[in-house]
This record gives sequence, structure tokens and C-alpha cells, in this order.
Amino acid sequence: MQAVLLIDFGSTYTKVTAVDLNSESILGTAKAFTTVTTDINEGLKNAVEVLHSQIGGTDYTAKFACSSAAGGLKMVAVGLVPDLTAEAAKRAALSAGARVMKVYSYELSTKEVEEIHKLKPDILLLTGGTDGGNKNVILHNAKMLSQIEGNFPVVVAGNKSVAEQVGDLLKQSDKEVRICENVMPEFNVLNIEPARAAIREIFLRRIIQAKGLTKVQSLIDGILMPTPSAVLNAAHRLAAGCGNEKGIGELMVIDVGGATTDVHSIAGGEPARAGVIVKGLPEPFAKRTVEGDLGVRYSASALIEAAGIELVGKRSGLPAEEIMRYVNKISEQPEILPEQDEKLSLVDYGLTSVAVKFAVERHAGKIETSYTPFGVTYLQTGKDLTGIKKIIGTGGPVINSKNPTGILKEAMFESTHPSILKPQSAEFLIDKKYILAAMGLLSENYPEVAIRIMKKELQVL
Amino acid sequence: MMSQKTLVMGVIGADVHAIGNKILEYAFKQAGFKVVNLGVMVSQEEYIKAAIETAADAILVSSLYGHGEMDCRGLREKCDEAGLENIPLYVGGNLVVGKTPFEEVEKKFKEMGFQRVYPPGTPPEVTIADLKKDLGVDG
Repeated sequence: MQAVLLIDFGSTYTKVTAVDLNSESILGTAKAFTTVTTDINEGLKNAVEVLHSQIGGTDYTAKFACSSAAGGLKMVAVGLVPDLTAEAAKRAALSAGARVMKVYSYELSTKEVEEIHKLKPDILLLTGGTDGGNKNVILHNAKMLSQIEGNFPVVVAGNKSVAEQVGDLLKQSDKEVRICENVMPEFNVLNIEPARAAIREIFLRRIIQAKGLTKVQSLIDGILMPTPSAVLNAAHRLAAGCGNEKGIGELMVIDVGGATTDVHSIAGGEPARAGVIVKGLPEPFAKRTVEGDLGVRYSASALIEAAGIELVGKRSGLPAEEIMRYVNKISEQPEILPEQDEKLSLVDYGLTSVAVKFAVERHAGKIETSYTPFGVTYLQTGKDLTGIKKIIGTGGPVINSKNPTGILKEAMFESTHPSILKPQSAEFLIDKKYILAAMGLLSENYPEVAIRIMKKELQVL
Repeated sequence: MMSQKTLVMGVIGADVHAIGNKILEYAFKQAGFKVVNLGVMVSQEEYIKAAIETAADAILVSSLYGHGEMDCRGLREKCDEAGLENIPLYVGGNLVVGKTPFEEVEKKFKEMGFQRVYPPGTPPEVTIADLKKDLGVDG
């Protein structure tokens, strides 16, 4: 046996997964409460004890971890035009696994700068202007940001013509500055990889330390990445394959949680039919979106506000007053689970279904019919996901539901809303053992093993 | 090149004429301009957003299907609003339907805030020469 321990320091739970590289199988999984305020090792030790009580004590050849503890990686993105560099900046941050608290565009005002100060981002991503394009706005914004006292690191990925000047302005206020390639070097050309890599490097070196997670560094071979980044990694590997191990093709991962719903699509997203004109920013092949108002615990009331109580009522089969009573209860005790309460499980089903429906609708591309003097043409923005054949559900509310198929069906194309390019016919898989983040970690060093384990462990519904 | 000038170009409105657009892009690039081509079916907002991000020196609008007047009205005002007060606006193509004399068409579009207005069949060299003059490019 050659065992590897994979650790996910979550905001609530520290989850551990033991894998045997020789038999390419999961030895076991366990969890315990995260103890970030005292010593993060305690939570890890507790989780490993639970694990070893199931599978017996084991020596590990390697231990890898990801983390979303202590609020995850909080970021603020700043760009110029909202749907150009500001959007590119947001995508770079999301692909690095960050929680994007706010995106700013155009010249920052004094009020906005104060707001950023209060948000206390772990990292700020500053962009603006294509290479050789607009210089004034990013220079203005660097000047404004240099007035904030907080010493958060800034990744500069804007117009290269003024990158050094921007860096010098920021350094005046003792901020660590990392200059990398522009997120949009040419108009409508997306180049988010350098910014993503810079964010990850700072996360590893600084953020982990700042969040008191370094104590575990000595015990394990490294916290490799933020948890959402690990999930995206796993999805990407599973879809694309590696070496001799073939991938399963284009797919979507839907991860419903207490605070957010994440959607990952690993797909080209090109128009499925001819004669469609594509508008807007090019889409990354591996795309992650996060909906901060679509969660089933901390964000339950925001979800009701966004989706409307009627729809949740329709899905759960309960009257509005009953749902509101539960939503209030959930807000007070987010840790309650539906096992003991039949009605709560209905409410959870309603909330989760609606979270999936809205999150996928926002993630998917849209097509618009335009009647021109030459006949009908179609304008597409975002990714066409109609051809996706696999949808993977993960996250507690989906995994533990009695009807995960019902929930995942919400991700499908609706003939009543044909302008939203959701998958038309897809197979549903479920991450029953909650291993996607762990497999994302494992795939950093053992990609083929990780792919084979995922193929084995993801259950077809 | 020390200061390459940037042009934002595209076919406005619900117009899908793609070929002339490609030819113009090629001609402008050959003439030494940096070209941001938005393609066909471009809205006024798209020209403006692209011009802001790339710090464009001029916006070139094509319209081939006769609805140019309707599509172009208000572009100058929106540019002013977006902080592109002095950006030169050029327009060319089959700008109106029917047999209106070109002088009238030109007058109308100049009143709408376009510096240069071109009739159908204008060779790219004419526009290139005007661009060089207006943007202060040698040669």
C-alpha cells in the first residue's frame, strides 16, 4: 500500500480523504470541525482520528491540502470597462479559486476606496486598459489605492505601457506588488493564466501564513491551493484526461453549499449551430462562476429574495409561511441538518433545486434572436452548453438529498426558456463520497490515478 | 513604430455585411494602424466601450443596409457622455435608402457629429489619407 492523505480545511469542517495509490482506491473519508481560531492542527488531528478508527492507522507517503478556512481567499478586482477588463479581472480571480467580494470599474472614487479598505481583501487584482490602450484610469486607481493603509498585496495585470509606474505608485504605500501580463493584452483577448498563477503564488506564500495555517505546513507537504481551485482542477482533469488516461469529455460540476453555489463548466462553448454571431468576451474553457446569493444555509434568505418564495414553494410543495419559518430557523442555526426533520428536508430540496436552476442559468450563455433586413440572425453571449453530456453534482445539499436527480434536472435546457443555452441531454453523476476537491489535489502529482479514481467513484444516477 | 494610432471599426446595427469589413480591416492594418475590429452587428455601446479600453484615436462606422441614419443617431452624444469628447467619428457605406443626393447625406451625418462621411464605393486609400491627416500621422 502507498497511502496519500488529502486534506480540505473548510470554513466549517476539515475533511480528510485517504487514497491508496497502488490499488487506486479511496481508503476512507472523515471530517471534524475546523479549529482555525486555536490551532488548526487540532481539527486535522480529530479528523484523522475518525478516519483511522475506520481504516486503521496508516503511514502516508505524502499529505496535500487545500483550504477555504478563515473566509477563503477574499479578493477585490478593479478594471476599466465593466464588461471588458473588469470582467476579465473577475474571471482571473474566480479561476484562482478566490471569493470575489466586489468588482470595481472606471476611476475609483474616494468612497469606493474607503469601501475597499473596509472589505480588507487578501489580494487585490488591478487591471485596466489593453496593452498600449488606456493609461489614465489604472494610474488614477493606483494612486487612489496607495492611499489605503492596509498592506494587502496587489497583482497588477493591466496596460503594460504603465505597469511599472503603477507598481511604483503602489509600493509607496508599502504594498507588495506583483506585476504580470495583462488580463486583456488586446481588445477582447482574454489572458487570465498569468494573473491566476500570481494570485496562487501569493496565496501559498502569504495568505496561508496570515490565516494561521502555517502551523500545519510542517506536518504536510503543502497547502497547494484554495479549495474551489482544487475542484476546478479535478473537473478539468476529468474532462480532458491526462497521458494515457482518457477524459470523459465536456462536463459541468455543480457545487451547492451553505453560503454559495459554484458552477464549473469544462467546455469550449462555441455555437452549436451555424450562422450564430458571438458577442462579448471570449470564454475560458474551464470556467467557474460563484453565486454568493444562492446558498441553502447562510445565504438562504438571499436565495429567497433572488428567486422568489413562490418557486421555492412550488419545488418543495410547502406553503410560503412554512418555508419562511424554516428559512428564519436556518439563519439562526445554520448547522441544522434535515435528517431529523422531514419538512426541513423538503425545504432543503426546494432551496437546492432553485439554487441549481438560477446558478446554471447565470453560468450558461444566452442566445438572442435578431430580425434583420436579411432575415433572422442569432447573437450569442457566453458559453453554449447545450452539447454537454455529463453533469456532476457535489456539495452536501445535493449529495445528501433523497432526490439528487430532481435537483440536477434543474440544470437542463428548458423549452420554455430557449434563449438560455443549458445542456439538452446529459447524464447525471454524483460525488457521493465528496472527493472532488481531494482529487483536484491528488491530480497535481498523480493526475492519471486521480482520473481513474473519479471514474470509479462518481456514481451515475 | 513610436505611436501607432488605434482605430475601432465595425458594421453598425442589425447589419451583417462581413466582407467589406474584413477588407477594410486589412487595408487599415497594412497602412500601419492598430485595428480593433468589432465585426458585424455592432451596437453604439460596443464602439464606445472598445474605444475607452484601447484608448482609440478614431471610431469608424460602416453601414451597408440603408438604416445608417437611425443606427448612428446619438453616437456622438454618447461618446461625449462617456468621456470621448474629441474622438473623430467616420462613417461610410450605403447610409440611406433610395436616391438621396450624397451632399444631403453628408450634411445630415456631419450634423450628427461625424467628421468624415463617405459614399458607397470609396476606395480605402481615401479614408487612410484622411485618417493620416486628421490624426497627424506622417507619410
